[in-house]
Amino acid sequence: MAERERMLRPPHGGKFVPRSEVMSAEDTKRAITRIAHEILERNKGADNLVILGLQTGGVDLTHRLAQTLEELEQTPIQVGTLDVAFYRDDIGLRPMIPQAETYIPCNLDNKIVVLVDDVLFTGRTVRAALNAISDWGRASCIQLAVMIDRGHREVPIRPDYVGKNIPTRRDEVIDVTEEGVMIGEMVKIKRQ
Amino acid sequence: MTQPKHLLSIEDLGLDGIREIMRLSDSFADLANRPIPKVPALRGKVVANVFYENSTRTRLSFESAIKRLSADVMTFVVANSSVNKGESLKDTANTLLELGADALIVRHSSAGVPMQIASWVDVPVINAGDGCHEHPTQALLDCYSISKLHKKLRRKSKNSAISFNGLVVGIVGDILHSRVARSLVTALNLLGAEVVLAAPRTMLPPAFESWDVVVSNDFDSLLGKLDIVYLLRIQSERMKVVSIPSLREYTTWYGLSMKRVKMLQKDALIMHPGPMNQGVEITPEVAQLPNCIVGEQVANGVITRMAVLFRLLVP
Repeated sequence: MAERERMLRPPHGGKFVPRSEVMSAEDTKRAITRIAHEILERNKGADNLVILGLQTGGVDLTHRLAQTLEELEQTPIQVGTLDVAFYRDDIGLRPMIPQAETYIPCNLDNKIVVLVDDVLFTGRTVRAALNAISDWGRASCIQLAVMIDRGHREVPIRPDYVGKNIPTRRDEVIDVTEEGVMIGEMVKIKRQ
Repeated sequence: MTQPKHLLSIEDLGLDGIREIMRLSDSFADLANRPIPKVPALRGKVVANVFYENSTRTRLSFESAIKRLSADVMTFVVANSSVNKGESLKDTANTLLELGADALIVRHSSAGVPMQIASWVDVPVINAGDGCHEHPTQALLDCYSISKLHKKLRRKSKNSAISFNGLVVGIVGDILHSRVARSLVTALNLLGAEVVLAAPRTMLPPAFESWDVVVSNDFDSLLGKLDIVYLLRIQSERMKVVSIPSLREYTTWYGLSMKRVKMLQKDALIMHPGPMNQGVEITPEVAQLPNCIVGEQVANGVITRMAVLFRLLVP
């Protein structure tokens, strides 16, 4: 979603045209369940866990993941959202995306923070998020969960939990919604 | 929307601009509560505070906003500058640019100086008060404070465009000498609020008839219908001719006392741009009331100025 929004803004512009389905709604649901199990396995339960969704694409996914974790562990999970617009390294190089809400539920000192995003691409958003998180405290550990890893990394960042690895071309666009994951292209709309 | 280059007056900014600044302010609002209250958004930028006139809160508020955005600040204070050796306005502006300033924040006792500087330089210029003309960031922070704190507006949904329709704002005091009033009336009119000016005739500017306002010199009869009472400072330093018989007479007719507060609506807010002359336009007891939001105005000033700086310095 976030990626599509970004591509819709100038100078990109255009319309997202889906080409094929990469994951169905059922597939994403199963991936979320598996990631939830992996998180609990790796961290030996849900103690000190804070799940942070990256605005805007990761937020929906975060709530679904937190819900699954709560069902599995029968305990409330701390959930937050993070907007990294002010931490990006390309401020001024491209138009600003409208700011979305940042909500951090608690001090992050000694917490296990799981960052959640829909698509991992260049890794620059995650880099910005790492900087932002350090402003809220020193987490004992920061992990990264993404639905799609599409490659083309520009910084040395690696996800801990992946829904699906999909090799892509740079100009392709991945769209993650509740109905599944689509791959397609942005098609320029001619200005009248 | 086109990118504004400067912030010189509220009129230039327009309704869309005001709304955009208020929306952007929201994303800076919780910053003060963070363990590290800074974002790296303007790292490497240099902002110069150019103050030809005294100021506590505006200058420190801008300085705080600049620092929270991780930019660097240069402060020019006329008292210990080369202006005393005859340096001209243009020289000063050029010197600051040569020293690497990416934006100039200008306050001057003559109206029009920020506009003049803006015509010389190609970096953003922010008007921080020019004579009796405009003080746009004050109006923006006041509108932001109203939108956040007045009960009538707080209930509205988060995503709807901000509008002050149905809100009655009374501006009281020395409107003639007030740049705050000039900017605020324009901003409130754009946002759709009803504006009432309460002042002795001698404290009204000749041009007020062209404003979309109601004028009254009977403060007491107004109180019951006001949602906001906006008090202005009696600016004795700007009065070239004496416009009121005495401060005591002013206090009797226009000073906000506990007796007058009791005549206000329950949810009414009391505002003042500061510095307050306690005992003249407001009594010390009223200044302590919880619905006197002068403190919140100062805090919102930093947030709003961050939004303005971010808007102008990020293309």
